[in-house]
Amino acid sequence: MTANSADEGFVVFDRVQKSYDGEILVVKDLNLNIAKGEFLTMLGPSGSGKTTCLMMLAGFETATHGDIRLAGKPINNIPPHKRGIGMVFQNYALFPHMTVGENLSFPLEVRNMGQSEREAKVKRALDMVQMGDFAGRRPTQLSGGQQQRIALARALVFDAELVLMDEPLGALDKQLREHMQFEIKHIHESLGITVVYVTHDQSEALTMSDRIAVFNDGVIQQLAPPADLYERPENAFVAQFIGENNTLNGVVTAINDGIADVKFDNGQMTQALAVNCGGVGSRTTLSIRPERIVLNASGSANGVDAEVLEVIYLGDHIRCRMNVHGNEDFVVKVPNSAEKLALEKGSRTNVSWETQDCRALDG
Amino acid sequence: MKIKTILLGAAATALVAGAASAGSIVAVSWGGAYTKSQVEAYHKPWTAATGNKVISEDYSGGLAEVKSQVEAGNVTWDIVDLEMSDAVRGCDEGLFETIDPAILPAAPDGTPATEDFIPGAITECAVANIVWSTIFAYDNSKMANGPTTIADFFDTAKFPGKRGLRKGPKANLELALAADGVAAADIYKVLGTPEGVDRAFAKLDTIKGDVVWWEAGAQPPQLLADGEVAMTTAYNGRIFNAVAAEDKPFSIVWDSQIFDVDLWAVVKGAPNKDLAMEFLAFSTATEQLAAQASYISYGPARKSSAPLVGSYHTKPDLAMGPQMPTAPENFKTAIQNDFEFWADNQDELNERFNTWLIN
Amino acid sequence: MTDATDASGNLLAADGTPLKKKLGQALFRSRLRAFGLTVPLLLLILLAFVLPVTTFLKQAVYNPQFEKHMPNLTPLLADWDAVSEPDEAMYAALVADLVLNKKNKTIGKVASRVNREYSGTRSLFTGSARKAKKLKPPYKEALIKAKPKWDNIEVWKAMKIAGKSWTPAFVASAVDLKYTADGSIERKQEDRRVHLKLFARTMRIAVIVMLAGLVLGYPVAYLLSTLPARSSNMLLILVLLPFWTSLLVRTTAWIAMLQGQGVLNDLFVLFGLASDEDRFSLIYNETGTLIAMTHILLPFMILPLYSVMKTIPPSYVRAARSMGATQWTAFWRVYFPQTIPGIGAGGILVFILAISFYITPALVGGQDGTMISNFIDFHMRKSLNWSLASAMGLVLLVIVLFLYWIYDKVVGIDNMKLG
Repeated sequence: MTANSADEGFVVFDRVQKSYDGEILVVKDLNLNIAKGEFLTMLGPSGSGKTTCLMMLAGFETATHGDIRLAGKPINNIPPHKRGIGMVFQNYALFPHMTVGENLSFPLEVRNMGQSEREAKVKRALDMVQMGDFAGRRPTQLSGGQQQRIALARALVFDAELVLMDEPLGALDKQLREHMQFEIKHIHESLGITVVYVTHDQSEALTMSDRIAVFNDGVIQQLAPPADLYERPENAFVAQFIGENNTLNGVVTAINDGIADVKFDNGQMTQALAVNCGGVGSRTTLSIRPERIVLNASGSANGVDAEVLEVIYLGDHIRCRMNVHGNEDFVVKVPNSAEKLALEKGSRTNVSWETQDCRALDG
Repeated sequence: MKIKTILLGAAATALVAGAASAGSIVAVSWGGAYTKSQVEAYHKPWTAATGNKVISEDYSGGLAEVKSQVEAGNVTWDIVDLEMSDAVRGCDEGLFETIDPAILPAAPDGTPATEDFIPGAITECAVANIVWSTIFAYDNSKMANGPTTIADFFDTAKFPGKRGLRKGPKANLELALAADGVAAADIYKVLGTPEGVDRAFAKLDTIKGDVVWWEAGAQPPQLLADGEVAMTTAYNGRIFNAVAAEDKPFSIVWDSQIFDVDLWAVVKGAPNKDLAMEFLAFSTATEQLAAQASYISYGPARKSSAPLVGSYHTKPDLAMGPQMPTAPENFKTAIQNDFEFWADNQDELNERFNTWLIN
Repeated sequence: MTDATDASGNLLAADGTPLKKKLGQALFRSRLRAFGLTVPLLLLILLAFVLPVTTFLKQAVYNPQFEKHMPNLTPLLADWDAVSEPDEAMYAALVADLVLNKKNKTIGKVASRVNREYSGTRSLFTGSARKAKKLKPPYKEALIKAKPKWDNIEVWKAMKIAGKSWTPAFVASAVDLKYTADGSIERKQEDRRVHLKLFARTMRIAVIVMLAGLVLGYPVAYLLSTLPARSSNMLLILVLLPFWTSLLVRTTAWIAMLQGQGVLNDLFVLFGLASDEDRFSLIYNETGTLIAMTHILLPFMILPLYSVMKTIPPSYVRAARSMGATQWTAFWRVYFPQTIPGIGAGGILVFILAISFYITPALVGGQDGTMISNFIDFHMRKSLNWSLASAMGLVLLVIVLFLYWIYDKVVGIDNMKLG
């Protein structure tokens, strides 16, 4: 162990780069520390490099540059079967020619474990995912959700401290997916394992993760707990990718005490929290969450006229698309209280928001 | 029942078609230089003389096609060139029309056909046209002092190298006995006894490991040319053709040649039976058989043709007479193929030969 | 709204007919349509396959030549005990039949049939038939005087065997057994047992070709399935290329490659692996047959393997590796078992094609590389013993069906993927 290992994470990506063809970097200078017991999600659109990172960690891809360390030891040159990492695949990869029990027994067999011990462990793992009665079945006789549980149990059965999951819930329907999210989270907490989870589904990431690394273009855009990511996105990509978001474009005219004055292209002014907007004169993207916008609140500093373009009734709230500062996709979520139902297509109204809720990000 | 109706219908159609295109017959023969010699000596003169056409088809011997055609009642062949054993067997099985010897033209000097043909050349259903023989040959450019007797063929110590033999008991058993010292006249008498058969196979055993087996007549000259074998049995016409037409340095050893005749037979129910008979009579006339000998070294089946045999059609100084199996200097130790022996014993000897081959 | 029912409680359709009947009608129409679509193919299979094959196979057990052409003698032979001397009545019937056959020109058929049972009797029949008309009673003496061989009881036994139209004689002969006149079956003489050895060799060659194809084809199929589409398509074309060349041409090419003065032997001599005088015998023997057949049948192994391997996602092996399996274990325990359907399909395909291979062994087989199909051909075209040929075909068919059954028991036929 090196001297600085105390503050180093359980899994460390140290200046990792990856290129398949020698021309394009799919992972650019990745640095990531994952603590023991953490549930870290790699979130991003497809092609953002998140799966490549996972495969490098599992050992199925080699890093072109940089080190990957597991519990302090570099693992670049360790073949996948010696890394002791559990993995759940997108299509579950349950061996179709083996029963559920044999599938679970497989990692124990290759570790030359005795039969009685194997049976005990398999039973425990199956019980953990509430599939104790299915040991004799073939994977093809199981539903998608059941297969998913078996895949999970198989990744856990050999007591891996690190479990990688590559979009494991992608093939399930919405209800089952949400149910499984809780179950995985529950298992993670009860076993104290470290999980690296890859998904492109932001709600999944927000629900399950301790921290989320948002990937785009081979770079981690922001690494933060879910609430921070939603409440305090640090750049326009994250703001746009996580949750619903309204953007307005303008130029920074002044910055005072962390508050930026922003001038829209039509000459109107507003104030926003200066997060990542560069200096005076640089273009900025303002990000405002739809639920932070207030209608017809007189006296607010950031009030502006808006035209209602579309009203969608959604039961507990109403979605209202309007034209604000020339942005025709400006969405406002209006809680469903009696007086607000008066909103009509074509009517004009006033929208406003707190300066703290409007974040000036990179242009 | 239905099938039969269909087949009968097909046969009827064939008959009608035959009648409509009157003036042509289908003659089936062995292909290659042999068929060419027939086209030149028989087909063309016949067409010139009568205006009727001959459509020439090739086959590789045997009665299988004739048998299927006759039994299915769908005969498309009119006249077929056959080996003696097949001619006799096919006749016994009713596959061929009976031939009246009276239709055969007499020799130029007036000798009737029945006396002019060599003995056994006219059978109930077939008339011989040529005499051919199984000989063995070697490449004289590779062997200065080549083999001269059949015993040499079996002597791999004196003449090392592979031997080509036809894949089958016929001819091989006779040659084996001849090489073992049995006189030509006694071959079939000896072969008719179980001990004789054992003796023949024992002789074949001595070269079994050196044999390359051939099946089609075109193979032996090719095997010789490729150097795959040092010497091989072959049909004499094939070797002659390689020498005369392709200038190959092959020599024929005539010792213990086994000669046989080839015959024309008209298929039972032939669509153009009468024309086929006419053609058969025309092509076995003295002049036609003599003319054929200019193209291939098979001997005419008529005695009266011998004096008329000239020289090779492209080489005026290559006299054909000495190339014939029937030439006196070639004929001294000749063995006549005994078709009756083979008709009686071929099933058993084939079986024995095949068993011997795979063991 | 409640569903309508009739008196006995069956559901009714909207127009009042029982729902089951209605459903039956609807299904019947669609079934009829589906059946109608398959009728042309069904007819084709029936006319071009089932009918000729059964007609041909019937000859293996049914040969009426003797009974048909010897109407007088056959019933007497059937009653004869095959031990006592044939009596005058049998000789008289024989003469009557010989006269009949001479007239109808069918004596050759009878003679051929009997000659198969007792070799050397052909001329006895044809010769006697020529003289039959002139014979005077008592026929027994007259016939034996004309041809002493008639005194031989073996000839009569042979006729008794031939007299049975429905006969196991040919099938027995196809497996080196002999059906005797008293109805028992015994083994043939040692030096006549050729077929069993040949069947065994045919099986051996087919198995070796199949295994060689598997060993050579498996890595190629794996490569094909893992390469990117562009290069795998290119390779696939190379694999299929032999399909576009005539079988005869490919076989002949092997002759040029393997013969004594051929390319391969020239190379051996060039590199000093063989002396010029003592070149390898690679063709006109079993080696040549194996090499040429393996090459010709390789695509039939590669294609089913490829189509199966293509459906196996790489995540299986990855999963196994992540669970701690070495590359070999991951291959052997996880990848390989999933390719078994392809191995089964390719193996059966190659085996069945190989078992009936004909042109290649005929051309390059020489003396110890020929197969059962070459013998079937021999009896079809040369010896004209169609009954024996079809009996051998029948035995081959039975063997294939038996192996198929074994395969079904061991691997399961539903576990076979052709693509």
